[in-house]
Formats: sequence, C-alpha cells, structure tokens
Amino acid sequence: MKIIRYLRVALESITAHKLRAILTMLGIIIGVAAVLVTMGIGRGAAANITERIESQGTNLLTINPGASSSGGIQGDSGSAGTLTLKDAHDLMNKDLHPAVSLVAPEYAANAQLVYGDTNVRESVTGVTTDYAAVRNLTVASGEFLTDEQVANQSQVVVLGSVLAADLFEDENPVGLSLRINGQPFQVVGVLDEAGGFGRSTPDEKAFVPIGIAQGRLFNAPRYRGEYTVSTLNVSAAGAEQVAEAEKQVEMTLRLNHNLTADQDNDFSVFNQASLLETASDIAATLTIFLGAIGAVSLVVGGIGIMNIMLVSVTERTREIGLRKAIGAHDNDILMQFLIEALVLCFLGGLIGVGLAYGLAAIFAQIPAFTFTVLIQPDALMLALGFSLISGLVFGIYPALRATRLDPIEALRSE
Amino acid sequence: MVNESVIEIQDMTKVYQMGDIKVHALRGVSLEIQKGEYVAIMGASGSGKSTLMNMIGLLDRPTSGTYKIRGVESSKLSKSQLADLRNQEIGFVFQRFNLLPRISAQRQVELPLFYAGVASRKSREMARAALERVGLGDRTHHRPDELSGGQQQRVAIARALVNQPSLLLADEPTGALDSQTSVEVMTLFEELHAQGLTVVMVTHDPLVAGRAKRVVTLSDGKIVSDKANGHNINISAWEAAYENH
Repeated sequence: MKIIRYLRVALESITAHKLRAILTMLGIIIGVAAVLVTMGIGRGAAANITERIESQGTNLLTINPGASSSGGIQGDSGSAGTLTLKDAHDLMNKDLHPAVSLVAPEYAANAQLVYGDTNVRESVTGVTTDYAAVRNLTVASGEFLTDEQVANQSQVVVLGSVLAADLFEDENPVGLSLRINGQPFQVVGVLDEAGGFGRSTPDEKAFVPIGIAQGRLFNAPRYRGEYTVSTLNVSAAGAEQVAEAEKQVEMTLRLNHNLTADQDNDFSVFNQASLLETASDIAATLTIFLGAIGAVSLVVGGIGIMNIMLVSVTERTREIGLRKAIGAHDNDILMQFLIEALVLCFLGGLIGVGLAYGLAAIFAQIPAFTFTVLIQPDALMLALGFSLISGLVFGIYPALRATRLDPIEALRSE
Repeated sequence: MVNESVIEIQDMTKVYQMGDIKVHALRGVSLEIQKGEYVAIMGASGSGKSTLMNMIGLLDRPTSGTYKIRGVESSKLSKSQLADLRNQEIGFVFQRFNLLPRISAQRQVELPLFYAGVASRKSREMARAALERVGLGDRTHHRPDELSGGQQQRVAIARALVNQPSLLLADEPTGALDSQTSVEVMTLFEELHAQGLTVVMVTHDPLVAGRAKRVVTLSDGKIVSDKANGHNINISAWEAAYENH
C-alpha cells in the first residue's frame, strides 16, 4: 500500500519538525476543542432543562382560572376564580374523558409555618392523593397523603425536601408537629428532592388535604356554592394523548361554565409537553449558535494550517527540488504535502478532543455549573470530520504550490 | 572501453527568456559520453556548464537539438516519464548534499527507492548495501547533524548509487568540503569509476577536474575543448577559457 508509505514519509517530516507541527496544529486543536465544548455546553444545558421540566410530570396539563388571552396576567394563587371541585370531579368521568388518566385539584396560598423557634412563610397547598402521581412526586420518608386523610380532612402535612430541612434541620420531621397559621399539623411525610424552577418547585411547599386548605386554613372563595381551586392538574393517559386530553378538558369546562361559542375560555390550559418542545427548540438553537461560534474558530484554525503549510513549502523548496530530481512525480509531491496536512489536522483534532474532555472535567468541578458538558459521538464525528476536511481544503493549495516548483529553481534556492 | 553511449547530445541549444532579453545559455553543444567514462565538465560561471548539467540530468528541456540517454530520446517524454528516467538512470550528487533534515542515513538512501516503488524490505537491504559501498556501513542510523561534511556527502553518493543508475551526475561535489575531505570524496569517485560506473562531474576547480579521465571545457555556451586526460592537470585550456570569458 503506497498510502501507508506516504503516511510514513508524512510522519517522518512531522517528527523532524516538531515545533512547526505543533504550531500548525494549534489552530485545529483549539478549534476542535472549542466546537466540542461549546456544543457540549449547549447540549448539557438542554438536557438539564428537559430533565427539570420532565421532573414536574410528563403528560401534564395544568388548568388555571382566568383567560390565557388576558396578556398572561394571572390572578395570584387563591384569588377568586371559576374553577371548582365540581369541575375536578366532572373531569374524572372516564367515559367523557378517555384521554385523561388522573385529575388532581389543588388550592394553594401562603401561610406561616412554625416549628420551635423556626418560622417561615411558604406556599401551603391543599391537594388530593393523586397529586403525587400527577406531579411525579415521591416520598423520601413517611408517606404521601392517603385518600382517608383527604376525605377526613385530617390535620396532617407532607413537606417538600427544602422546606423540611429549613424547618427541622437535622431532625426527622415525620411524626413531629408544626403549626400552620397557628393550627397544629402532624408531619406524615417528606418528599424527595424534585427540582424544577422557581415558584413551581415542590421542594419548598407544604401539602395538606385540600378540604382543610379550602376551609379551615384559607377559607377559599366560592363559585356557585362550590369552593374554588387554584389549579387543576390533569395527566393525560399517554404522551400522544396530551392534545386529545386538552380538547376533552376544554369542552367539559366550557359546558360547566356555561360559555357560549363566542365567549373566550375563562380558564387557561398549560401544556407541559409544549413547554418541553419550546425548551428543546430553544436549546437546539442555542447548540447550533454555540457550535457555529466554535466552527468559526475551526475555520480560523484551518487558515492557520494553510499559512504554515505555505511557509513550509517555501522553506522546503530545496527538499522538494531534491525529491523531484531523484524521481518524485508531481503526484508524489502532491500526496506528500496533502497527507502531511491531513495527518496534522487529524492529530490536531485528536488532541483537541482530549483538550475538550479535559475542559469538560474542569467544568464539572465548578459548582456554579449545574449541568455537565455533554460531548456526544455525533459532535466528535463532526469535529474530527471537519478537521480532516479543513486539512484537505487548506492543504491542497500549498500542496499544489509544492508540486509546481521547478526542480532547478528549487535546488538552487539558498 | 565498451562502445556503448550513455549520453548522446546533438546540436543542443537553450535560450532563456529573461524579461525582454534572450539569454543563449547553450549555443549548439554536441557531446557523446560512453559507458564507463569519467568526465569533468568545466567552465567559468555563465559558461553554460550548469545548464548543460541540468540537460544531462533531465531537469530541463533544450530549446533545440536532441538528447539520448542510453538510446532513449528524451525530448518527447512526458514530465512523469522524465521523473522515472531520472529515478532509474541518473544518480545526483549536489554541492550541498541536499540531505533531508533529522532523518537517518538509511532513510535518506531509501528515498529514490520509495519513488521507484521498491518494497520496503528490499529497499532496506539495498540502502544498507549502498551505504556499505561508500564506507558508511556503521553509520546507517545517524542523522545528518551527527555526520561530518564528508560523511554527509558520502550518504548523498550512496543515495545516488542505490538505484544502480547508468550515470552518476555530480554538481560541484567538493564545493562545500575542505581539501582533505575533497580528496576522500574524489577517491571514492575514482573507486566507483574503477568499478565501471559512468561519472559526469561539473566543476570549476581544475584540481578536481584534473582527476577525471576526460575534461570538457565550456565557454559562452559552446564546447571549447574536449581532451582526454591522464593524471596531468590541463590547466592551460581552463585558463584560456577563463580569460576568454
């Protein structure tokens, strides 16, 4: 195989000029590392966002009172609305809502929570047993609210992980009592850390039976004689049925609220799946944007290769002349320089990959980085492929220059 | 002497265009060199001797005239065929050795074999044999910067010999060497000549030329003298040429 012998010649020439080789490769090394790290950051962030959204329950629809068309301004939690427990019960009808699997109404308001000397103001949310399933919540110790506790309106509470730690510090809260707005509640469970964003994270919430929240704790407003709820959480029977479930829910609620065809919804349906889609779209755009910045540095690196290869052709005119004099064909010279450029770029690419993994490992040590830099096989192929292509593209011109050298002139050059 | 021509040049001219001026580097040179000859081509700078050497070495094409190397007419050959001929028929030795930097003597000598497509095992053996022939059998793994000037030139000679060419073409082979080392290299040339190799050497040094068996002197693009030579130095012809210039 002649190509292997060309490779050997290229490697000989590279090892004979190590400093020049490293300088040539530097652009590609940095370019490949830049592409991999920037794309890795984009993808790591995307994966992180997706995970957080999914942690709040897949297939989830949340229905809030107030029209979604009102400029996105929503009433504060607990403000008067039109969604009631009757709506929740009607939505549980499987015959009318085959795409809906679970319905979990909630009534949330802020309250004072006191344990010993510790006193915090946090969201206390009245929920039913299904809330845990709909919102993907799991308990770390104790258990979630039972159907019986919800039905009996027992004065029991389940705490989010952060809230439990705030109130009880190192103590296990299960079995202990705390006061919510002055009334005693027994802690029956503590949730696992759930993640999620800002106000919607369950980690800082307390969960009580919904009846107690609507009644004794907050005295929720009524609508047509029924206690209102602040949110209806509905989980669809499957990921493909989210849209269907949304339609069925909308129809029942419009009927319940006596809305005529020309009236807008007096509630808004928020679709977790579409949020996920939007988030992934944004993340994909971000990844492309970051990758493009990295690609620019790869191109710059490629031009650097061309520069040094051109200088190297000038510097090596005597060598080229000699090779021609002793029988090298034009093809041999072309192949030598081209393969040298390819080998340099590929080696540079490999070193760049190593550098990218090193940088990713360093990022992993920085606490402010809540996500990992994700280097995936397709990004590796892309970066290495691109470095080979830039070797070819930017190597061909210097190689042609070398080929065109007249051996007499080349041998005479000082 | 075996009557077989290695080089047959007929009425060769070469005109270079330098801007608006035409430079006549060769003005009708005819030269025949037989197998086994040891010829020195002399002349002052500008006499056309370098151009003639480039022609003999198939590095350049004449403007007119014919050149046969071992009976092969070269003017109609393609660039690629000329490269093959250079590889097979001619061994080049340059004034400044022209070795590749930081590569072992062994690999330097293998270079022509690489372009000839010789398999690597055979190529290693041939390179080794060629290095032994120039007395560097124990220096095969040394790099140029680890060798003296004379040794470097001997590596270059081994490289020229490795493909068993019909002609050894040397351009000022002692130009970069001190007199002691020059004598070594000249002695090596004489040994190779004694083994039957055809040697053509371009030089402006009458002492070096004086060791050849035949001295061809150029002046102003023409051959002004072509004399067989003992070991006597034919200085007068050279001096005449030099003064004419």
